[in-house]
Amino acid sequence: MARRRRPSRAVGTLNGPSALGLGVALIWFSLLVLIPLAAVVSTAAAGGWDNFVTTLTNDQTQAAIRLTVVQSLLVTAVNVVMGTTIAWVLVRDRFWGRGALNVVIDIPFALPTIVAGLVLLALYGKQSPLGVDFANTETAVFLALAFVTLPFVVRTVQPVLEELELDVEEAAASLGASRLTTFRRVILPSLVPAIAAGAALSFARGISEYGSLVLLSGNLPFRTEVASVRVLTYIENGNPAAASAVATVMLVVALLVIVLLDVIQRRVSRRG
Amino acid sequence: MARSSRVREPLWVRLILRTVVVTYLVLLVAWPVALVVLNTFQDGFVHMAEALADPVVQNALRLTAVVAVSAVVINLLFGVTISLLLVRYEFPGKRALSAMIDVPLSVSPVVVGLALLLVYGSRTGWFGPALADAGIQMVFATPAMVMATAFVALPLVIREVVPVLEEVGDEQEQAARSLGAGGAQTFWRITLPSIKWAVVYGVVLSLARSLGEFGAVKVVSGNIVGRTQTATLVVEQKYQNFEQTTAYSVAFLLAFASVVCIVVVSILRPKEES
Repeated sequence: MARRRRPSRAVGTLNGPSALGLGVALIWFSLLVLIPLAAVVSTAAAGGWDNFVTTLTNDQTQAAIRLTVVQSLLVTAVNVVMGTTIAWVLVRDRFWGRGALNVVIDIPFALPTIVAGLVLLALYGKQSPLGVDFANTETAVFLALAFVTLPFVVRTVQPVLEELELDVEEAAASLGASRLTTFRRVILPSLVPAIAAGAALSFARGISEYGSLVLLSGNLPFRTEVASVRVLTYIENGNPAAASAVATVMLVVALLVIVLLDVIQRRVSRRG
Repeated sequence: MARSSRVREPLWVRLILRTVVVTYLVLLVAWPVALVVLNTFQDGFVHMAEALADPVVQNALRLTAVVAVSAVVINLLFGVTISLLLVRYEFPGKRALSAMIDVPLSVSPVVVGLALLLVYGSRTGWFGPALADAGIQMVFATPAMVMATAFVALPLVIREVVPVLEEVGDEQEQAARSLGAGGAQTFWRITLPSIKWAVVYGVVLSLARSLGEFGAVKVVSGNIVGRTQTATLVVEQKYQNFEQTTAYSVAFLLAFASVVCIVVVSILRPKEES
């Protein structure tokens, strides 16, 4: 993400084999991604404006969208604080077990989402050794989203923190800045783009999450039902137009996040 | 790591931060994961053996392997081709394509399933009826499941290969060309060896993602027990049918496969960087 740089110079023009490669790759990409996504938008549009309004003003759908957005924002806020702290500890601190923590961060990426739900249920469900039972509550939605989005901020901030020059901090300190001032005025500003990129990714993931919620949240209408579950219900009820309407809203959010990320990246690469 | 005390936090600050981070990660990830492992093996390997003897589980594991490997092979070929084109060639629409490649990462799996259903559904899809007439059933069968899996894992190979291709530059390739090597020869002898680890890394990540795909596959597979049910779908079904030990066992197998993948990756990564 943040690592991706734009090529330094224009390169070869297309010749026979590479043009063929491009053609085949583009056909596959269209069949797999572009045409199906276009079908979602077009199905939503074919239902007309009424379909859109009816679907999105449906009480249950609104409750689902509200829950999804609120919990995703909450989780993103937690990730901004905790993710930055975790990255800081992993880069700047040295202690026994740090390597293990580094692996723990990757587990949510690696675990299948359905297993992630099962895993959280073991500690926060009915048979919890902690004596709590968050299954089928809003807290369960929050926990699931926090679990699956854990690595985003950590993994975007970590490389930036590793590259930071200590000289600058030494200079700030020698000019009399306290450690807190140095952090606030020197370190934090250079971390902001990375934090923002990580936050955008975790928000997008939160909005679209499905698998980890299935077992954990119970998908109760008006209480723990999220947007993707709503889409699934519409599909199963044979209402593709309504499913597409909700899906289109989710696609637009995803697209906005991608545009935002691109803007952040370009700002960063211009500065560097 | 030699750091003067001026750019180092006081010990108590570091201890607090360390404790907060460790507590958070233990409560959110380490403890729950450990519990599932313990639950799976509370009676030794009995439950695992039972689960593996279940024909539904056997079928699902076989199907997961077939779907995941097919999707990974497709993404490998597509990914390397697209990466080479994006880095080494100039063509109209390149920037747009480069941005579109990342789209699958932000699309909800359920929406992916819906999208494929709308195009390849055998009765009402855009292409589905024509394909069905030709005797090809896409949806509720393996082809759409492979497509769904390929969709969600699409950018993973590309995201690994593109930065490395940019890093190594094309001097060696041009040298090879000027010495008379053909395109294919240059690719196999020069380009591929230099991106080898990035490709391996991308494949391992794609495999982990593909083995674990749930939402998109659930929508396009129809979740037909014993026929189009993958391992992740079996976990859901068994858990909801109160066959929790079987669910835990299959979940453990999936988790184990993914963790092996990330361990392989973390062993490979430093080698590649140095």
